[in-house]
Amino acid sequence: MLSAMDPRTSFASAADLASGLAGTGYLADDALATVAWLALRLGRPLLTEGEPGTGKTALAEALAETLALPLVRLQCYEGIDATQALYDWDFPRQILHVRALEATTGGVTDVDAVEADLFDERFLLARPVLRALREAPAVLLVDEVDRADDEFEAFLLEVLSTWQVTIPELGTVTAATPPVVLLTSNRTRELHDALKRRCLYHWLEHPGIERELAILRARAPEVPEALAGQVVRLVHGIRADGELLKPPGVAETLDWARALHELGTRNLDTETAAATLGVAVKYREDAERVKRALDVMLTP
Amino acid sequence: MSTTQPVTAGDRHPPEEVLLGFARALRAAGVHVTADRERTYLEAVAALGLGSAAGAYHAGRATLCTSPADLERHDLVFAEWFGGTRAGWARRDPPPRVSAQAPLASSGSVDGGPPESEDVRARASGTEVLRRRDVATLSRDEREELARLFARLRPRAPRRRAHRWQVAARGGVDARRTLRATLRRMGEPGEVAWRRRGSRARRVVLLVDVSGSMSAYADALVRLAHAYCTAGVPTEVFTLGTRLTHITRPLHVRDPDRAIVAAGEAIPDWSGGTRLAEGVKVFLDRWGRRGMARGAVVVVFSDGWERDDPQALGEQVRRLAAVAHRVVWVNPHRGKAGYAPVQGGIMAVLPHVDALVAGHSMAAFEELTEVVAHA
Repeated sequence: MLSAMDPRTSFASAADLASGLAGTGYLADDALATVAWLALRLGRPLLTEGEPGTGKTALAEALAETLALPLVRLQCYEGIDATQALYDWDFPRQILHVRALEATTGGVTDVDAVEADLFDERFLLARPVLRALREAPAVLLVDEVDRADDEFEAFLLEVLSTWQVTIPELGTVTAATPPVVLLTSNRTRELHDALKRRCLYHWLEHPGIERELAILRARAPEVPEALAGQVVRLVHGIRADGELLKPPGVAETLDWARALHELGTRNLDTETAAATLGVAVKYREDAERVKRALDVMLTP
Repeated sequence: MSTTQPVTAGDRHPPEEVLLGFARALRAAGVHVTADRERTYLEAVAALGLGSAAGAYHAGRATLCTSPADLERHDLVFAEWFGGTRAGWARRDPPPRVSAQAPLASSGSVDGGPPESEDVRARASGTEVLRRRDVATLSRDEREELARLFARLRPRAPRRRAHRWQVAARGGVDARRTLRATLRRMGEPGEVAWRRRGSRARRVVLLVDVSGSMSAYADALVRLAHAYCTAGVPTEVFTLGTRLTHITRPLHVRDPDRAIVAAGEAIPDWSGGTRLAEGVKVFLDRWGRRGMARGAVVVVFSDGWERDDPQALGEQVRRLAAVAHRVVWVNPHRGKAGYAPVQGGIMAVLPHVDALVAGHSMAAFEELTEVVAHA
C-alpha cells in the first residue's frame, strides 16, 4: 500500500477486499469478506461476535493494514467512562504551567487569559475515540464492548451516529471522513438494541481444518508443513471435545505451532504435546482432560 | 457459489418487493426487524448487486440479524422465501447452535425448530416433562395476597467500589478541583480538594429451580425475582429445570401479574425434572464465566434434589464460587423444623457456598434480601 485511501471506495468488491486482507495474512471467508466490504461501502460500524480466539481483533488489525490507515484501539472494561474514551486534561502540567507563569511574571494578572491558555490544545490528552475522529480516515477498534456499562454504550451510540465530539473549552471535533469502526463482543452481556441497529452484524466461528492450515502457513511460514498439519488436526480434535471450559482459538494454534518449532520438534508425539500443552489449553481441568485423550487424538 | 442466481422469485414481482417481503417474513419468524434495518438491508443488497443471491444472503445476515439465534432463523426463512436456492452457498459448518459451548451430556435432540430467544437448549433426558404452568389456575385471593406481600418487599442491591471519583472530606488529592480553586485565587495555592471512589450497585444473579420438587415455591420465587427486577437492583434471573431459561426480560414488566404470566410463558419446563449440575454448568459456560457472574452475588434457589451425581453439582458450584463475589444458597426446606442438610446435593454444595438461608415464607424472603444487601 502506498498511501491512505478512502475506505468507502478503495475496494471494488468483496473479493477484492478478501485478497487485500489475504495480503496481510488474514484469511477471510466469503461471508466475512462480504460483511466487511459492506461495512466499508455503507460506512456502518461492524459488530463481530464469537468465541474468543476466532480473529475478531485480528480483523481490525488486518483491515487497518490493508487500507493503510492508522489503527486506534479502545479496550473496554467495567467502569470505563468518557475521560478514558474521549479526552482528558493534563492536570499536573496545567498546575506546573500556572506555577511557571507565577514565577516568571510575578503573579497571575488576567485570569481569563490564563484560563484560555490552560485549556489549550497542548494540555489536551486525546483518548482513542477523539484520536480516531481527528486522524480520520482511521480504523477504530472498540474491543470487548460488552464489558463496558450501559451508560458507556449510550455514549458510544452518540459518537457513532454523529461522528463528532464536543469539548466545551475547545469546540466541536468532526471527522472529515467517518472512521472505519469495528466493535467486538464476547456476549457476556446483551448489547442494547439501539447500538446493534447502527451496526452490521457478523458471527465468527472457528475456521475449518483447511482454512486454519492456510492461516498457519500465512502467519507462521517458518513452521514445517508436516508439523503444521499435525498441530491443526490436534487442535481440531481438542475443540471437538465439547466439554472443555475454553477451547483453544486460532491464536493458540499459532502459538503452539511456533513453540513446537522453536523446540525443534519435527514430529509431534504424545510427550512433546503433553509438555507444551500449556500453550494452547489454559485451564487445569481442560489440560488433564486433553492429556488423557492425547494418545487417541495423535494416532492418525 | 451460485452467484448468477437472480434474487427475484419469478418475473412477477419487482425486486424491492421481494426483498421487503423477505424482511417482513423474517420479522414474522421472530427476528426484531425494524424499518431502518430494512432500509439498510436494501442498501446493502444494492451495493452487492441484485444479480447475486449470495449477496442477498450475506446482506440479510449482516443487516437484519443481531444474534446467533437470529442467524439460524434467517437461514431457515431465506431457504423458504427464495425457494431452495440456498444449497449453492450453504455453509460448510452447521449453523451455530445456541448451546454450542455447553452441550449437555446424553442429550437427545428434542426439536429442530428455531430456538426461543434466550432459552438454552439444555436438552433433557427421556423423562423430561415439557409442561407450561397454567398461571390462570391460581386462585384470585391467593394472587392478590401474594402481590400485596411482595409489593411491600424492598430488595436493596449489594454495593461495590465504583470507578468514578466523588468529592470527599478525605481520600486522595483532587487535582482538577484544586487547580480550579487555585486559578480562582489568581494562582495562590490554597486548600487542597480531596476525592475518593464512590460506590455502585453490585449485580445480583438469581438461579431459580422450577422443577417438580420445588413447584410449591416456584411461583413465589419468581415473584421475588420480579421484586428484585423492579426495585432498581441490577438483576439477572434464570430458571433451572430440565433447561436453563433466561427470564430477565419478561420480568422487567412493571405489573407483577403480567410479568409472572410473561415469565411463565418463557419457561418451558415448569414442574419438570431437574438437572441442577447441568443447568449451573450451562449458566457458567454461556453467561457466568464470561462476565455475568464475575463480581456478582449469585443466589441459587433450590432444595438440592439432584437426580444425577451430587459430586457433579458440587464441582459446578465450586466453579460458580470461583467467579462470583458471593454464592448464597436458598433452600425452602431449611426453614422447617427438624431440617438437616443431608440430601446429597446440599452436602456437596455446602463447602462452596457463603450462606445457606431459608426461603419458605415472607419472613424468610425478607431475611434473604438483607443477606444479599450485605453480601
